[in-house]
Parts: sequence; C-alpha cells; structure tokens
Amino acid sequence: MATKLPKTDVVIVGVGWGGGIIASELTKQGLSVVGLERGKERKTEDYYMVHDELRYALRYEMFQDLSRETITFRGNEKIRALPMRSYGSFLLGDGLGGSGVHWNGQTFRFLPYDFEIRSKTIERYGKKKIPEGMTIQDWGITYEQLEPYFDKFEKTAGISGEENPKGGKRSDKYPTGPMKTTPGMKLFADSCKGLNYHPYHMPSANLSDQYTNPDGIARAACQYCGFCERFGCEYGAKADPVVTVIPVAKNTGKFELRTHSNVRRVLHKGGKATGVLYIDTTTGEEYEQPADIVVLTSYVFNNVRLLLMSNIGKPYDPKTGTGVIGKNYAYQVLKGAAVGFYEDKEFNLFAGAGSLGMCIDDFNGDNFDHKDLNFIHGANISYSQTGARPIQNNAVPPGTPTWGKDFKAASIKYANRHLNVGAQGSCMPFRHHFLDLDPTYKDEFGDPLMRITFDFEDQDRELVKFMGAKCGEILKEMGADKVVSNTKLAPYEITTYQSTHNTGGVIMGSSPDTSAVNNYLQMWDVDNLFVIGASAFAHNSGYNPTGTVGALAYRAAEGILKYHKKPGSLV
Amino acid sequence: MANETEDKELKDHKEPDQSRRNFLKNSGYAVGGLIVGGVVGSLLRTPRKATTGNNVNNGNANNGGAPAAETVNFNQALMYFTQEQFLITEAATERLFPADDNGPGAKELGVAYYIDHQLAGEWGNNGREYMQGPFYKGETTQGYQGRLKRREIFDIGLQEIQNYSNKKYQKKFKDLAPEEQDAVLKAFETDEVKLTTISASGFFKTLFSATMEGVYADPLYGGNNNMNGWKLKNYPGNQMSYTKIIEQDQFAKMPPVSLKEHLPHS
Repeated sequence: MATKLPKTDVVIVGVGWGGGIIASELTKQGLSVVGLERGKERKTEDYYMVHDELRYALRYEMFQDLSRETITFRGNEKIRALPMRSYGSFLLGDGLGGSGVHWNGQTFRFLPYDFEIRSKTIERYGKKKIPEGMTIQDWGITYEQLEPYFDKFEKTAGISGEENPKGGKRSDKYPTGPMKTTPGMKLFADSCKGLNYHPYHMPSANLSDQYTNPDGIARAACQYCGFCERFGCEYGAKADPVVTVIPVAKNTGKFELRTHSNVRRVLHKGGKATGVLYIDTTTGEEYEQPADIVVLTSYVFNNVRLLLMSNIGKPYDPKTGTGVIGKNYAYQVLKGAAVGFYEDKEFNLFAGAGSLGMCIDDFNGDNFDHKDLNFIHGANISYSQTGARPIQNNAVPPGTPTWGKDFKAASIKYANRHLNVGAQGSCMPFRHHFLDLDPTYKDEFGDPLMRITFDFEDQDRELVKFMGAKCGEILKEMGADKVVSNTKLAPYEITTYQSTHNTGGVIMGSSPDTSAVNNYLQMWDVDNLFVIGASAFAHNSGYNPTGTVGALAYRAAEGILKYHKKPGSLV
Repeated sequence: MANETEDKELKDHKEPDQSRRNFLKNSGYAVGGLIVGGVVGSLLRTPRKATTGNNVNNGNANNGGAPAAETVNFNQALMYFTQEQFLITEAATERLFPADDNGPGAKELGVAYYIDHQLAGEWGNNGREYMQGPFYKGETTQGYQGRLKRREIFDIGLQEIQNYSNKKYQKKFKDLAPEEQDAVLKAFETDEVKLTTISASGFFKTLFSATMEGVYADPLYGGNNNMNGWKLKNYPGNQMSYTKIIEQDQFAKMPPVSLKEHLPHS
C-alpha cells in the first residue's frame, strides 16, 4: 500500500528545463510545488573531472541506466519491436536538470511557418503539396503569440546571439552578444555571404559574457573548453536548469525537491487528476502525492508513457488516425552534410563550445521556394566548433582504409585539418509514426516500455539530397581542398548517434479531436493536468528544440497560474 | 601457470620500454618550468616497467634522487584477461593502430591493458544496458540483440582469432607476420570467418572502437600511455580555458594535461 502524503498545490514529474521553469514561476507566485525527480541531485561541483571523453561521452555518465528502463523500436508495424539494449541514436537524460544539463546549448526559436505549417503550406502551394500520410497540422498558436515567452526564456538562460535575418520578428535583442568567431566560422560566414545567404552566429546558452538574469542569477562566461554535449559545465557558463531556474524555486522556500522518486502513475478520478504514485528508488517504498494540479515535465517518452499507463487521454490508433496520445512522433533528419579536408591549414578544433557556430536559415522552414521540390520545410545549415575530442573524431577522406597504418596516418593528419558543415533537417510526422506501449518488454518495475514505430520517408530522403548538396557548395567556397558531401539517407536505425531531439506524442493544437493539449499545454480531457516538453511539438523543425520547449513552458506556467485562480479550460 | 615459452613471451613483451625511454628523452618535455613540471610528473608516472632519473612519485623507495630509483606502473597487470588473451589483444590492436613514424602504436600506448580493465568493469559486464529477454534476432536497424556480454564476446572472439590462425597458418596469432595478422583481422571484419556464436564483424567493430578508446582516453584508464596518444593529434587534453586562442588563426600547440592535474592537492 502506498503511503499517502499531505496534499500540495502542484506536483511536477521530472525536474529538467520544463519542471524547473514551472517550479520557479509558480513558487515565485506563492504556490507550493513538489518536484519529483527519478535521478540524483546534480551540482556544478560534480564536474571537476568532467573533461573525460570516455566516461561522459562514451560510457554515458549523465544518462538513464538502460538496464532499468529503455525503449523498444521497429521501423514499421510489420516487424517486431526490440529493445534498445545499448545507446545509439539518442541519449536519454537522467538526474536533476535532465537533458538540460548535457545539451550543447544551441537555442533557436522555431519559425513563424512552423506554428501554422499546414495552413501556410496549403496557402502557398495548395493541398496537393502535402503527401498522403503526412499528418502535419497547425499548433493552435502563432509565433506572435509565443514571442514574449521566447524572450522570457532567452533572458532567463542568458542566450548569446545576434538577430537571425531570416527568423521571426523579435521584441528585443538577445541578452548577451554573440559568441567569439573562430577562423572556421569566419570561413563559413564569408562563403555564405558570397553565395548571397544570410549567416548569423548560432544563438548560444554558453554565455559569451558574464550575465545576471532577471531572477538575479549571476553566471560566468564560457571558457571554450570543448566539453559541452554529453557533459555538465564546471563553470555554470552553459545555462542549465540547475544553475538557473531550480535555485530560484528553492529560494522561495515553496519548492520541495525529491530526488530518487520515480513516478509510475498519474492518479485521476472523475476527469480530474488527483496526484501521482511514485517509488522512492532508494527504499522501494511507494508513495501517493496528492495535488490540485499535476504537471508532467519529463522527457518525451515518459510523458507519453505515463499518460498511456495511467489511462489518460485517447491512445492514438494508426489504423484509423484517430486518438491522440502517441500521435505524430517525429525526430530530426541529419544526414545532409559535407566534410572538407584541408592540406595546408590547421584549425584549433580541440577548442570550442556546444553552441559556438555560424549558421543560415535561407533553406529552413518556408524561407525558400518549394514549388519544384519534393519536400516541404528544410534545415538550419551550420558550421559549429564544439570541441573535437580525440576518441570520437577521426575524419578521414574517402578511400582511406578503416584501420591500420594508413588509417592512423590520415586520422592524425586530418585531426585538425577538416571542417564539417551540416544541415539540421526538420522532420514531418506521418500517420504510421507513433508511440505506444510495448506488449512484451518491461522496465524494472514490470511496467511496459515505450515502443517507437518510425522510419525515414521520401520527404526526408529528398530533403537530405538537397541539403547535402548545399552543404558541399558552402564548403567548396570555404576553400577546402577536398569536399565530400553526403546526400543519401538510409533507413532509420537506432545504433548510431544522430540527435536527442525526439518530439511529439502529446501534441498541442486547437481541437481535442486532433491534439492532446491546448496552447497552454493543458490536457483537453483532464483540465488540471499539464504536459510540458517537446512532446507538445506537432512536428519537429529544422532546429534544436530547447528554445521552443522553454517558451512553451513559460506559457504553460502562465496558464497554470491562471488555472489556479480560476479552474476550467484555459481556451 | 606460465610455462617456459610464455615466460619468454612476457620477457620479449617488455622490450619496447627502451624505445619509450628514447621517445621521452627526445620529446622535449623533460625540461623545467611551472606547467611543464606537472607534465613531466605525469610522463614519469606511467611507463610500463621502469624509468630512471626523476624522483617524482616513485613506486619504490626513494633513493634520494639517485638514478637507480624506479617508477613502477602498478596499473599494468591483468584484471580480466588470461595471459594468452592479453597477448592476442595486444598483437591485434597493434595492427589496428600500429607504431609508425607518427609515433607509438597501440602496444606501446597500453591499449591491451585498457581493454582488459574495461572488460573487468561495468562495460565488459554490460552493466548499464538492457539485458532482459526475450531475445530475438532483429533487423540490423535495431542494434545488438544477443544475450552475450562484451567480456563473453571477447572470450569467444579472441579464441576464434587463435583458432583461425592455427588452422590457416599453424601458428598462434601473435607469432604471425604482420601481413598475416592483417589478413586474419580482415577475415573477421568482413565476416569471411563464419561463427555460430557471435558476429565476427561485430566483434571486430568492438575491438576497433575499444582500441581507439585505449589510444585516446585519459591515461587514468590505463591506455594513452604518458598522453602519447594525444600527442599524436596535438590534442591538449584537459585544459581549463581556450579563450585566448579560440579566435586565432595559427594552430596552438601546447603540452597536454591529464585529469590527474585536477585532483585537489590538500
């Protein structure tokens, strides 16, 4: 029997960016918030030994222990889904701060086109442009409506950057100026300008300068040490929830954080959430935490899984296309890329920062004409210098043997003599891409694992072909002696790292028939339950998701405060 | 118990020490100065058998800085492998990443010790991976679906390398000519060797990625001896800040620093 605890105003499930933002905004207004985090506490002092590529990047120090819980995957419904036994395609965060700790800090705003993608695509190209089975839909919100929340997130995190000439209108500039410009970035910018594109510094959560945010949190500038992605920041220079929003919540005295607390069910009765059931993973004891408002702020997969396991919302059915929980799972299409090898030029590639880069949006969203193209949307194209750590970076020209003497010589020679230009391709949802509960495989508590059914489509292959060629064109102008473009996309596979930008499953929209949450991320079916994260994305854009997750979380916080004053549907 | 032949093998095995000492002597790091002092310390802490001269961190009694003082690397012993497995691994990884004009190869960098130590721990035991059944053969897109752990795969894979060498050349793998060793490895890489228990190419891939880890991981793990792997690529290791060089056009060459330098001295 679970021990029933005293009721709180709000309980949040997962304390990363989503949970941290909700906790800080609500506690500042006097609400009592309990934060349940299944992992351990994290702090800046944990990272004295963080410059360890093996431990953090290859042994996955910061990530979920897959022996306890993983996901299963299949390319389509005809084959049996099997567990992701070891890490590959994406990395699941764990511990306080979640994925917000090990990210690179590339903090974009999705484009105005994204939020009204279906209407705008039809408006410009007609209905026929959307292929059979592609389930894009408008998000139930516009960029203009979301803009103040983007601004708020950027100010909290201290995003460093300059205006995107091809982006949505901004109400204010970035709180800190752009990051430094490396020789590789300069080559990229000059090349793009020569091609009449519009380069700008990648917006960065690695601070370009010391900064004090509106909550009074002061942080130091980035040292360009080259250890961001998969690592925590020993300077606190990279914005993460642990060094920004969580301490603000704690300082109010209204936030109670419970680590090692793994939520297994959302409890509900008569169409209202009543609290959550969780296990203290250090003792195995079960607890019920009652609350007036429940907020799910875990990663995409656990948001979806908790709803399905708790029988909340109508599960998505790919046969009929009806139901919403698990619908529109999307990812990122990354293989459109090029690498350039230089014979006489060496770059300081060992140095860098997660969001140190230069990029263009000339081929992102609907910023270019798709009339004669067999795909919609596009990609942010960038050159970034994130720190070429030596185990994982062994680029060699094609034709080089893959091991032995010649491989060794080439991998050493080109270690600091190559530059990559890559396209972060958007990913459109399809009717047969979805999330549901696996019928066979279980987690450590005997609960079903999340099952992913997903593969790349013609849309994605066409996008990669186009983007790979663009990347190659830019690199040639950057003076590389040898340019190798990748324009081919093989079937999606779970074994090699691509991106931890999984999206969808609890998507937002303007109707309960086609979406799970409204534009405050409030569940249509259970109005005191909010579900926050990239799970709300109706498709994935050609950008990193965190900026948009942050904006949506600030909007949801505002909605929760409204709801607290006056319960009911917010729209 | 080691027989006479194996004793001799182990003795032969220690010979590269001389070349390392020469490498150290010639590498230009044995000079004074504040930062370099720390680096010299690390250089002298990890040689395979012994080195002479400095009195930094001696494994043995300090003879007042007398040249006879020896530094012993106690890390270089086996946690998992048998001696035979170790020698096969050492020979195989040296072919994957051989010594050449650029600098030391896998053997001198301690890669086989690195792999041994990794197999003994969580990685070898797939400790943080989902190993529950049922087990089905999946599509290649679904990744590894076997029930064997890495250390079991190495047990089988190394034995199969030995079997294949014995069958084809009537010699142990480590006694083959380099070209013959390459041919054996190639046969595994391309699945020309048909195994029923494990995937030959899968084992080869794991062996190769482990080799690269042993070459380039922080020396604390037993490979990348004296940070000589990093020096191949002019990789500076664990530096605290690159703000001064991040914008500069010229390549910034600097002596590498390991995580050892981050241990608080209190």
